[in-house]
Amino acid sequence: MIRFSVNGQQQELDLETDMPLLWALRDGIGLTGTKYGCGQALCGACTVLVDGQPTRSCQVKLLDVAGRQITTIEGASGKVAEVVQQAWARLDVPQCGYCQSGQVLAAISLLTENRRPTDADIDAALSGNLCRCATYPRIRAAVHEAARALA
Amino acid sequence: MIPRFLADRALKDPVASRRGFLLGAAAVTGGLMIGFAPRSAKAQAPAGRNPFAGYIRIGTDNTVTIFSAHMDMGQGIYHGIATLVNEELMADWAQIRVEGGWGNPGLYGNVGWGGTVQGTGGSTGTPSSFDRYRKAGAAARLMLVQAAAQEWNVPAAEIEVEKGMLRHKARYMSFGNVVARAAALPVPQEVPLKRPEDWIYIGKDRPILRKYDSLAKSTGRQNFTIDVRLPGLLTAVMIHPPRFGAKVRQFDATRAKAMRGVVDVVQVPRGVAVVADNMWRALKAREAVTVEWDESGAETRSTAEIMAAYHALAKQPGKAVATDIGNVGSAFASAAKVLEATFEFPYLAHAALEPMNAIARIENGRVEVWGGHQMPDVYQAIAAGIAGVTPDKVTLHVMKTGGGFGRRAVIDGDVIAEAVAVSKAIGGRPVRVQWTREDDMRAGRYRPAYVHYLKAGLDAAGNIVGWQNHIVGQSIVSGTPFEAGMVKNGVDVTSVEGASELPYAFPNMRVELTTTTTGVPVLWWRAVGSTHTAYAVETFLDELAVAAGKDPVAFRLDLLKDHPRHAAVLKLAAEKAGWDQPLPPGRFRGVALAESFDTIVAEIAEISVEGNQPKVHRVTCALDCGIAVNPDNVRAQMEGSVGFGLGAILKSRITLDQGRVVEGNFDGYEVLRIDEMPMVDVHILPSTEAPTGVGEPGVPPIGPAVANAYFAATKRRIRALPFNRPENS
Ligand code: FES
Ligand code: FES
Repeated sequence: MIRFSVNGQQQELDLETDMPLLWALRDGIGLTGTKYGCGQALCGACTVLVDGQPTRSCQVKLLDVAGRQITTIEGASGKVAEVVQQAWARLDVPQCGYCQSGQVLAAISLLTENRRPTDADIDAALSGNLCRCATYPRIRAAVHEAARALA
Repeated sequence: MIPRFLADRALKDPVASRRGFLLGAAAVTGGLMIGFAPRSAKAQAPAGRNPFAGYIRIGTDNTVTIFSAHMDMGQGIYHGIATLVNEELMADWAQIRVEGGWGNPGLYGNVGWGGTVQGTGGSTGTPSSFDRYRKAGAAARLMLVQAAAQEWNVPAAEIEVEKGMLRHKARYMSFGNVVARAAALPVPQEVPLKRPEDWIYIGKDRPILRKYDSLAKSTGRQNFTIDVRLPGLLTAVMIHPPRFGAKVRQFDATRAKAMRGVVDVVQVPRGVAVVADNMWRALKAREAVTVEWDESGAETRSTAEIMAAYHALAKQPGKAVATDIGNVGSAFASAAKVLEATFEFPYLAHAALEPMNAIARIENGRVEVWGGHQMPDVYQAIAAGIAGVTPDKVTLHVMKTGGGFGRRAVIDGDVIAEAVAVSKAIGGRPVRVQWTREDDMRAGRYRPAYVHYLKAGLDAAGNIVGWQNHIVGQSIVSGTPFEAGMVKNGVDVTSVEGASELPYAFPNMRVELTTTTTGVPVLWWRAVGSTHTAYAVETFLDELAVAAGKDPVAFRLDLLKDHPRHAAVLKLAAEKAGWDQPLPPGRFRGVALAESFDTIVAEIAEISVEGNQPKVHRVTCALDCGIAVNPDNVRAQMEGSVGFGLGAILKSRITLDQGRVVEGNFDGYEVLRIDEMPMVDVHILPSTEAPTGVGEPGVPPIGPAVANAYFAATKRRIRALPFNRPENS
């Protein structure tokens, strides 16, 4: 039995301890906002925040999250999350949208630490998050817009 | 001519489906359903198999549900169709939702494909929808207005519609209040459409019209096939053949079947499916299954071997002739200068971010299939065939997909067929077949690999006197139902599009094709033939401009005298990029122009060189797509196409080692990341022409624009893609 918190709620899961957090979230808890794209830490679609840090949930085993605080896209909240998601919608960033849970969480994490990121900061923070639709220019623009809203 | 408008009732009766009916209130819980009769020329279209098909359903609760004839894989067609409907209907934007329509080719048949088959592809979504969805919106509004006129007992002409409300002087009423009455009215036979100068949505930008799904997609609430939840839903992972064409001889699943959560391990036509109660357990159990393969019919060559054979063929005369104008032989004989170049293009995977998947359930003789139904009628028939029922027993759930780029337009159903076969093998239980990234990348259906051999002659004044192109590679459509329509005189149009007809005035021109066969399955990949033809044509043209001592833009404009739309696009791009302005040191420009799917796009890339690779800083894109229904979505598609195409030409390729696909994930098959994405400025040429598509045409010019800039920087021509392959360094 592994205990950890997801979006502020305590979870007790009777699942294999080597199960990646990604599949525990999706199939065990039913939180499907976190996406599977590669299973190898190569795409960022499965990004969640573990104790606030952006983490590839496909690479974290359940055993390693015991006692931790997980935030998924469904639980993204607070001022930064709000302005980021509003900026995303206002600029119509998503095309297919499949990568965007990961992009949004990565952007929230960036803006939490750096309120005035440059393009280079954004590129560095988000280069692990693939977007096959190449919404990258709008991602940059939306991060800047969110930064302005936070200023 | 405006076709007759008819609201559409239950289309169970083929005669009824041809004439169309008003939808009875009972069939859609008291709503109004608008379709219109298929034109008589399309009477041979199969009868509707979805009794609830239509274009628009308006509920008593005021919801306006639009059924899209085209699947949305991120290209934004749902938004486009909603825009077209609402331009005429005038609902409140918040009332509108869009779902995937299916099961009635008479209503949803792709106009660009002849109208009898529903499908998404070839950038036809907007052109195919432009008239019929506006007309459907107008018919619905007219009926609502008439119903309101009856209700209030006032002349219909005095009723106005705005933001989902019907108004007569100071009185207001919502759509929902009159749908029951409207549904009983005769359907208008002719509906006037707004004049373009009265449009308030078409051609307008945010913030007037925001995409209705952007917030859902930014908050994790958009569901894809991978997210569908059903009672008792199982997960299957596949074991596919290690080489294309191999077949299962036997398999041993004894260990796997004893593992936690494993439900069954079953053989289906393409391999073995491991079925479990969740994804992780299915994946673990898959490792415990051993399969013995019969590889007697398998492809065992490496790509190096295949490409060597293509190079040899390219120097021989082509097997078929796509274009023959004048006499290139005598043109070359009299030319002052003759140039030659050979290009090599690799296999490319689509690698949409949502790996391929589908869900099937067979219950009480009925089949349900959830998936990216890009060719719904075809999949309905395939699912029925596998399940052993008639197609009318198959219900489709059209999901939005996490990308596509052509990968889900699979004529044989592919993963959909697999899901139905797996469900059938486990007693009809609901099951999601979910491929891993590696399964997805190694399952074939690639953009075919090609070799092009080009030759051109210049006269002493630097004019092109002859142009010859020989393309060698696989046919996408041969062996499919599309072959009859798309292979002419031995030429698959998808192999030569973008090469066989050019806007440039070449007095002598010959394009040949040699179609090869390999065991590697191939498919359309965003922009199809032009993904390779435009690269060869536009970089070779650049070589000729250099050889003639002319500016690449001026050189092209000289050749475009008979094509003012192309010339205008090129001029706009050149002007916006500051083509005549000097660049800072270390920066270089390249230009390319390509028409695909009737949309003309020019791109100018500004690069520097880092290591020995191009770093693309800025791309100026100009296009003519006729009327831009959603200008901001046009820009989004151009931005996305630039990034998609750029990643491919710089870094992507699929290779085979003795028949086995080497690349399995985004480490081996690299795609563009945000730090490699240039700024993209998009300039849409104002137009009153009918709209053409924008999902694909932004892709072809980016490769040659970057390659031409790279030549400007390095004096090196990259003729084998991708850029980063070792032999280019
Ligand atoms: S699924 Fe975890 S990084 Fe791609
Ligand atoms: S929006 Fe489609 S992958 Fe990013």
